[in-house]
Amino acid sequence: MTTSSQPTLRENPWFTHTVRIADLIEETEGVATYQLVMTDGNSSSMYEFVPGQFNMLYLPGVGESAISMSGDPDRNDGWIHTVRVAGNVTKTLARLQRGDTLGLRGPFGAGWPVSELVRKDVIIVAGGLGMAPLRPLVYYLMNHREQFGKIWLILGARTSDGLLYPSEYAAWRKRDIEVILTVDRATAGWNGHVGVVTQLIDRLQLSRPEQSHLVTCGPEVMMKYAAMSGLRLGIDAERIWVSMERNMQCAAGLCGHCQLGPEFICKDGPVVRYDRIRPYLFVEQL
Amino acid sequence: MPRKPRLAVFKFASCDGCQLSLLDAEDELLAICDRVEIAHFAEASSDLQPGPYDVALVEGSITTHEDAERIKRVRADSKFLMTIGACATSGGIQSLRNWGQIDEWVQSVYPSPEFIRTLATSTAIADHVLVDFALHGCPINHHQLVDILVALAEGRNPRVPSHSVCLDCKHRGTVCHVVARGIPCLGPVTQSGCGAICPAYDRGCYGCFGPSQPANTASLVSQFRSHGHSTEKLVPLLRSFNAAAPEFQRASEQLVILGPNSEG
Amino acid sequence: MATPISPLFIPKPHLQLLLNELRHRGYSVVGPTVDQEAIVYGEIQSIEQLPQGWTDEQAPGHYRLKRRDDNAWFGFVVGPHSWKKYLFPPKTTLLTAEKTESGWQFIPRSADTTKFALLGVRACELAAMRIQDQVFLNGPYQDPLYRERREHLFVISVNCTQAASTCFCTSMKTGPRCENGFDLALTEIDTGFLCEVGSERGREVLDAFVSLARRASEGSSVASNSNNDCVTANEICFATPEQLKSAENARQQAVDQITRQMETSDLPGLLLSNLDHPRWKEVGERCLSCTNCTMVCPTCFCSSVTEVRDLNMDRVERERTWDSCFNPDFSYLGGSLVRNDTASRYRQWLTHKLDGWHAQFGTSGCVGCGRCITWCPVGIDITEEVAAIREETSP
Repeated sequence: MTTSSQPTLRENPWFTHTVRIADLIEETEGVATYQLVMTDGNSSSMYEFVPGQFNMLYLPGVGESAISMSGDPDRNDGWIHTVRVAGNVTKTLARLQRGDTLGLRGPFGAGWPVSELVRKDVIIVAGGLGMAPLRPLVYYLMNHREQFGKIWLILGARTSDGLLYPSEYAAWRKRDIEVILTVDRATAGWNGHVGVVTQLIDRLQLSRPEQSHLVTCGPEVMMKYAAMSGLRLGIDAERIWVSMERNMQCAAGLCGHCQLGPEFICKDGPVVRYDRIRPYLFVEQL
Repeated sequence: MPRKPRLAVFKFASCDGCQLSLLDAEDELLAICDRVEIAHFAEASSDLQPGPYDVALVEGSITTHEDAERIKRVRADSKFLMTIGACATSGGIQSLRNWGQIDEWVQSVYPSPEFIRTLATSTAIADHVLVDFALHGCPINHHQLVDILVALAEGRNPRVPSHSVCLDCKHRGTVCHVVARGIPCLGPVTQSGCGAICPAYDRGCYGCFGPSQPANTASLVSQFRSHGHSTEKLVPLLRSFNAAAPEFQRASEQLVILGPNSEG
Repeated sequence: MATPISPLFIPKPHLQLLLNELRHRGYSVVGPTVDQEAIVYGEIQSIEQLPQGWTDEQAPGHYRLKRRDDNAWFGFVVGPHSWKKYLFPPKTTLLTAEKTESGWQFIPRSADTTKFALLGVRACELAAMRIQDQVFLNGPYQDPLYRERREHLFVISVNCTQAASTCFCTSMKTGPRCENGFDLALTEIDTGFLCEVGSERGREVLDAFVSLARRASEGSSVASNSNNDCVTANEICFATPEQLKSAENARQQAVDQITRQMETSDLPGLLLSNLDHPRWKEVGERCLSCTNCTMVCPTCFCSSVTEVRDLNMDRVERERTWDSCFNPDFSYLGGSLVRNDTASRYRQWLTHKLDGWHAQFGTSGCVGCGRCITWCPVGIDITEEVAAIREETSP
């Protein structure tokens, strides 16, 4: 039951909930995953979201940061966020401990097109921390595995230390997801692929490209090349999806910061269909 | 609890006004002392402790050989060096000497000029050593200084707005002097920080906070000239507290080259 | 209420009674007034505060307050202020965070109960409000402060009877005639105003005002049917055919004075398909990136949130202020700026305003009020920039 006085997100997108850090896991250097639980209510649907959506995390006195959900959309045990220390907000967040509180509003944005992926083959391309917003999609596909065709997950990072969630790959593979890993630079003990993700996309043998989707999240330049590789494999731009990043402040299309061409990345995205964003993606300083 | 950062304040050629604005921050001063250890601040205490320092606030410009050497030692002693005010950030009003004949001036100002040893120029700290952060203003805005000190103490990157004074005028509802009265006002090319005080009191902006990012002085000055404002009027406007800030210096020198307006 | 009733004629001094009635109903009445050598919008108590006998002279980068040779009350166009400051204030607190023993608590700002009555809203400004309604109310998310203030808003529009050289509302199809979106609409003629009713709320206020006026003029007749005969010019009556004619002429005068044009047939489309046009660089060299155009624009809605905290951090306010796509920090992303030069920021502003806005909100973001032209310190003219991009575009 939620508190009746709470406005809907539509009525007041600024309404901020108190969340408590229930758990935190150090992933790699400067990257941690937080489990945040709401202190103001306990409805069964309170942690509902679409894979690819994000929350605004608020550190009073410092500011807000848009952070994608990285947990399982079918579980209801808190907001799961994997965060890398980058700016002032994430720097401050990194100093908090279990039991500390912060602010949260959301979920915001358009997520991965899960219903369009049904009965399709799916190529998931993740670069570095770009795996975080894709993990909910991986979970979703696993949870409803029978609904989807072949699934590849191509995951790249600078070095093997940057490959997120390594302990889970075995479980993903067990659910018939082909997990392909690559690093830009091999370090001791690495005996997998070395090179950029696009090389691995190019090598895929798609049995039905017209029934395949490519979804990608990572550095913008990586996503551009991943999309181009997808096109080369015969996947139409309407079936390629990228998760964009821009300066998001209100998350509700009201403050103007995150625009890219006619798109508000916060509300029309962050997941955008490639054919919609392509004309703007290659224009400098847009 | 991590140890408190050690703060030092150093003065070079300046009026002390920016240091004083730290002392003027009466409401916040005690709270600042809770967060930082003031290790070296001659204006406030004669207990001057040696470096190294975590944060050095540098006021004033470089006008002597001794200071040109001293700033290097300050830099070597300081992890984070921040300039406070127009003198340290761009050379200050005293940079007017950069366009003059220093020997003649020394002769005419001092009764015993033989005791004066000075450089021919007044230059910004950044012309001598690496500056980690520049706080603009003549004087600085002490709220901005306090915000920055707190950010540093809390391990955050300090940031201040770099936009023009115009935005602040508009927030206040101040009507544009350039457009409505034809007054040459540096607001469109001056960094925010003062709260747009002068325009709110019927005067154009003097540019105390130095060039905004970006500062298109060329376009603004050309507009002033087309409105009939003379070089004689515009050069002194650009050559005040931030005369040697690159964007202002370039514009004033360009005006001198162009010479008096051709009427019409 | 019965449909179209012909306009009432209100003798000029009676407008004070309308202000009184609105104030009596709890409205804070805001309207045009002379301040800082310009006609600005501010709270007014008395008709004496209206810019009687004043006008404005406008050109790119140029505005002068001038004396008129008559005593018209609304004989000017639009000034440096826009009404958006009342619905979308330049500075407002969104939220307060308080540190308690059980951690941070977030207190939403309390409901705003300010009731504004705007007097003197021009057709282009009505259009601007419709556009901001699209932004703040009709999308997937609403701005609560805007919603509260908008719900309580009372709008008295005034038809333009003249135009500035910077006006181009006819191109944007937003004016100069006030068609809808008002509670009451006035057209000024020599001796008074013709008043049209645009809403139920407007009708109610007008009725109350008429009875107030009737009481004030003790026994002098106030029209209640169509074949009234006004005995003196000091009465509120239905407008005579002569008065209607003279109002029509006055409104037509504004139409006739508009010379500036913006071709809109290829908008949206033109700008977003010319993102590499050399004109952007050229205008970027003139543009000061000073934000003036966006601040005076009645539809620009960009904002930023800053943290206002005490040093002990027990209490923090999230303050929203007007921001601008011309600010370098506006596009800050992960330690660098997406739009790092003035040309790219000007391009963002213009393509958003005239092109992307259509996709986002189903309307242009420009109402043709000309403020961005007048209040640009270097006189950059939006209509000229669009034309330049069009002309130099190879088909």
